[in-house]
Amino acid sequence: MTTQTSFPGAGALRETGKLCQLGIDVVRTTFRRPFQLREFIQQSWFIVSVTVLPTALVSIPFGAVIALQLGSLTRQIGAQSFTGAASVLAIIQQASPIVTALLIAGAGGSAICADLGSRKIREEIDAMEVLGVSPIHRLVVPRVLAAMLVSVLLNGMVSVVGVLGGYFFNVIMQDGTPGAYLASFSALAQLPDLWISELKALIFGFIAGIVAAYRGLNPAGGPKGVGDAVNQAVVITFLLLFFVNFVLTTIYLQVVPAKGS
Amino acid sequence: MGVEVVVEGLTKSFGKQTIWQDVTLTLPPGEVSVMLGPSGTGKSVFLKSLVGLLKPEQGKIVINGTDLVRCSEHRLYEIRKMFGVLFQDGALFGSMNLYDNIAFPLREHTRKTEAEVRRIVLEKMEMVGLVGAEKKLPGEISGGMRKRAGLARALVLDPEIILCDEPDSGLDPVRTAYLSQLLIDLNAQIDATILIVTHNINIARTVPDNLGMLFRRELVMFGPREVLLTSDEPVVEQFLNGRRLGPIGMSEEKDTATMAAEQAHADAGHSDGSTSEDVRGIIPQIEPTPGLPFRDAVRRRKDRVMSIIHQLPYQAQQGIIESLTTEEQVRYGVHVGAPAAAPAPSPWPRQGGVL
Repeated sequence: MTTQTSFPGAGALRETGKLCQLGIDVVRTTFRRPFQLREFIQQSWFIVSVTVLPTALVSIPFGAVIALQLGSLTRQIGAQSFTGAASVLAIIQQASPIVTALLIAGAGGSAICADLGSRKIREEIDAMEVLGVSPIHRLVVPRVLAAMLVSVLLNGMVSVVGVLGGYFFNVIMQDGTPGAYLASFSALAQLPDLWISELKALIFGFIAGIVAAYRGLNPAGGPKGVGDAVNQAVVITFLLLFFVNFVLTTIYLQVVPAKGS
Repeated sequence: MGVEVVVEGLTKSFGKQTIWQDVTLTLPPGEVSVMLGPSGTGKSVFLKSLVGLLKPEQGKIVINGTDLVRCSEHRLYEIRKMFGVLFQDGALFGSMNLYDNIAFPLREHTRKTEAEVRRIVLEKMEMVGLVGAEKKLPGEISGGMRKRAGLARALVLDPEIILCDEPDSGLDPVRTAYLSQLLIDLNAQIDATILIVTHNINIARTVPDNLGMLFRRELVMFGPREVLLTSDEPVVEQFLNGRRLGPIGMSEEKDTATMAAEQAHADAGHSDGSTSEDVRGIIPQIEPTPGLPFRDAVRRRKDRVMSIIHQLPYQAQQGIIESLTTEEQVRYGVHVGAPAAAPAPSPWPRQGGVL
């Protein structure tokens, strides 16, 4: 009955459509009772355990690089007093959601994708459907929600660790003034910056979870297919995340006026 | 009683490749049916279509008045609760031990207390001979045990339709015989409609009430077991006897040149791979273990078959008539050696839903 039309790019559109379909299904199913609390907690814990250490280790040098770069830049233009302000802004608004997203997608998403993919080829997903249990409700929703929760929490951690790293490198390595660094925090940054940061993390977590689940549930067949699916999931998520980040940042800068302007 | 599954004009293809087309058959309620077919003829695909895991392009599958091919996702999940499916490898959840695997459907769909769940799970585990393996993970046990655990899980919700995908693959002949007996006993106890997909000839000869065969993208035949077991169809004959001579080749089909060459080899005395005897013919069906209730399906089927016996091939007719007791032959007005003429009047009151 269903005849598939084919034109250049039809395949990509179809995949995109199915991905969006899964996203909508997940949102709809999220509100269906009973909520899979145990699975949600287990998955959250699992994602935390695979992401927290790498995230911390990545965010320290990330904060340091931004602080060093800004430190020398501000010295050149004679605006040392704003070093703290600028690095806080850069870390909270951009660096921290991106670092979070990369790790959620790279560590958490790949694990979710591999898990679902191997269940699919072992026919576990089919068996679950046949037993009248929706795999989306039972498996995908808790994983996506866990990715979102952990993403938001990690984002907070990256912000703190990044700012501390920035402080350390600015004050110790570049002989910055501790007081000036801290005092300038609120010169440029404002509360909405934190909100957009957390919102970004939430959306990135959602995207990473959905893409991982989608690729995991549709592997090409056989164990090799699962490996490929994991690979693709990570790449697709990265592409999407940077694009979405761009869109969100644009909207935010348009909607929320910069401080003092 | 189990429910009737009506399949009409079903066609399934993957891309340009047609798996099978225009499959029409009816699984009579409460009876055991077997679908035979060489490897790669889409038997598993057929099974997955029946539970709505794959969507055929054409045709319909009607269960309880609902067409599975076109019903909503929600309705599909409701219908699936009537199914118990045994997958080829058991399809157990790798992260749970056997006990949790078998308890899974109960915990998801019923509000039973943990004590009740335990009672039912242990009962089913005993039924399939897995007592003592509750704590094992699916990765730690043999394929045969996984299969039996998969069967136990399929049975906990007392399904009305049981589908088995190659219950014999990976099992030794003895365990296969036990499993066959188990399925017949189950049918006697819960009167579920059972469909077994296999290429095991022993199962095909002894277990089912109805027998069908898929080959070359279509259903060769489907009907009472006697019809296929006495058939002269070359495909059926070759398959039942497991010989190389015939239309089935190593790949799906065989060309005439290969056939002629093989015939020449066989004529020159080269074995064609089969045992010399012809295993076609009707042998008695497995009966429920003594002490269990009589299978209602047998009586229902006898009525149904006797009402269509005049349409069946002569050999099948004779086979059926010979399997009747003298008393029954008199009751149905048929006798050995003579072709059955008109539909015999039913000696028992017909029940609703019986064909």
